[in-house]
Amino acid sequence: MNLSQRHLGLILIAPGLMLVAALFLYPLGFSLVSAFSKDGSFTLEWFSKAFELYSTDIVFTVVIVVASCALTALAAIIIAGTLTLGENRYIVGTLRALYRWPLFIPFIVAAQCMRTFLAKNGLMNNTFVSMGLIEPLQAVSFLDWRGIIATFVWKQTPFVALLLAGALASIDRATLEAGRNLGASRVRVLFELALPQVMPTLMVALVLSFVTMLSVLSVPMMVSGSQPTMLTVDMAFRINAYGDYATANALGVITYLISAGAAILYLKRGLSEGAAR
Amino acid sequence: MTRIASSARLVLAVSLLAAFAFVLLGPILNLALWSVAERWYTPHKLPVTYGTRYWEQVFRPTGDAMASLGTSVWIAVLTVVFALALSIPAGYALARLKLPMRALFMLMFLLPQAFPSVAIYINVARIFYQLGINGTVFAVVLVHTTHGLVFSVWIAAAAFAAVDKDLELAARNMGASPMRAFLTVTLPLAAPGILASGIFVFLESLDEFTGTFFVGVPQVTTLPLLLYNAAMGGNYQVASITALILLVPSVLFMLFIERFLRADVLAKVGA
Repeated sequence: MNLSQRHLGLILIAPGLMLVAALFLYPLGFSLVSAFSKDGSFTLEWFSKAFELYSTDIVFTVVIVVASCALTALAAIIIAGTLTLGENRYIVGTLRALYRWPLFIPFIVAAQCMRTFLAKNGLMNNTFVSMGLIEPLQAVSFLDWRGIIATFVWKQTPFVALLLAGALASIDRATLEAGRNLGASRVRVLFELALPQVMPTLMVALVLSFVTMLSVLSVPMMVSGSQPTMLTVDMAFRINAYGDYATANALGVITYLISAGAAILYLKRGLSEGAAR
Repeated sequence: MTRIASSARLVLAVSLLAAFAFVLLGPILNLALWSVAERWYTPHKLPVTYGTRYWEQVFRPTGDAMASLGTSVWIAVLTVVFALALSIPAGYALARLKLPMRALFMLMFLLPQAFPSVAIYINVARIFYQLGINGTVFAVVLVHTTHGLVFSVWIAAAAFAAVDKDLELAARNMGASPMRAFLTVTLPLAAPGILASGIFVFLESLDEFTGTFFVGVPQVTTLPLLLYNAAMGGNYQVASITALILLVPSVLFMLFIERFLRADVLAKVGA
């Protein structure tokens, strides 16, 4: 062996790292340069243009993503909580068999499903009318911001619930049983005993979902065609309609900042918890 | 009294479960209905005439869908080959060899997934355009490989880490060269995990839309792009059938993932 382990390791890992550098780090640098410069000198012109044209969409994007994450968290907690603390094994079994279905379904397929399901004459409204819950004339299309949120929650809940249920299954059952024996309701045991122990897992899953939702182009394009829309659609529009890379990249930097905001909130929480211990 | 309360709770639980099933499966059912609806217009709640006309149209050997399916599968296969060629050595190095800045390298592979990707892809497309490779299968494969690398590298590293070191040492003690020990002991034992990562990368590539949308147009039409074009063109039947084709591997994978990824490997992912 004339090659040290360290060198061999670096040689083996180098090709993969080079691909990431070429197709991620370099374009990332490219987008930053393009967003902050004009004819080689520094400028904030593209950002003021981006804010002028798309400030509504920036707010819209943040609201959609935050609302989707909150609803996803709620649905995932209910599902994972039922799986962990549920006492009727038929209900738990049915739920376990059901909830994972959308896990690997691509966003674009989810978008097409929702386009048909949530339309004015989609299966959802038709079912409600048949059941007598609403009058035919009351049926409205949900293919706007509500449709985007519904699609995101539908698609991301299984992922968050899967991670959460895994984490809940590995915590100490004795504490939960003790809580139940002392007369705490299952809801209270879930929120006061079980959830605090798996908060890191929930937060990781939510931050990942947050970034994923910020990256998805197909759902806002297909589910809600009209204005206002999400920043991903605006970026694609700037490129395809005007070839305007500078403003598109300024919008891109804004999406980085939004996701960095989520990551910082998460890290700050982790730090303060670490300090508290 | 408690009996009534508990049966009321049961009824509530069952109806909540039914509502959940409706929300979860309703969209998929609606998609399936559209794929066999030859005519469906308001105010009819169900298709007016059913038929397989659009399925025949989609599956005609000369149809767009068959060509797109071929392109999609070809790109996905190439992506798996590229990703495994990069991640088997990288995964082995991360699991077994002393690497400086190991955590940083692990993070590097995660980054393409941890950033909002549209802003990255528009610049990749611009760079590829300057290189003259935009709109080629090769360009799409490169983008898909970068995107899938986090799964293949992390899972390969976990699979190698789960292989018992003593078995390798035993082979080495019996006189096998490091390469031979790797090829006859370590690699076969890690193969199930690596296979799982390959399936993951294959699916990711098959389902990828955003990168292909920027880098592949207009020459490369994968199934997700065909679905998008059909949906935006108002052809609900073709869009729904394409969506169903994409749905099958995803659901199969969801049902069988636990067979492929053993718990001891899964526990080491990302470690």
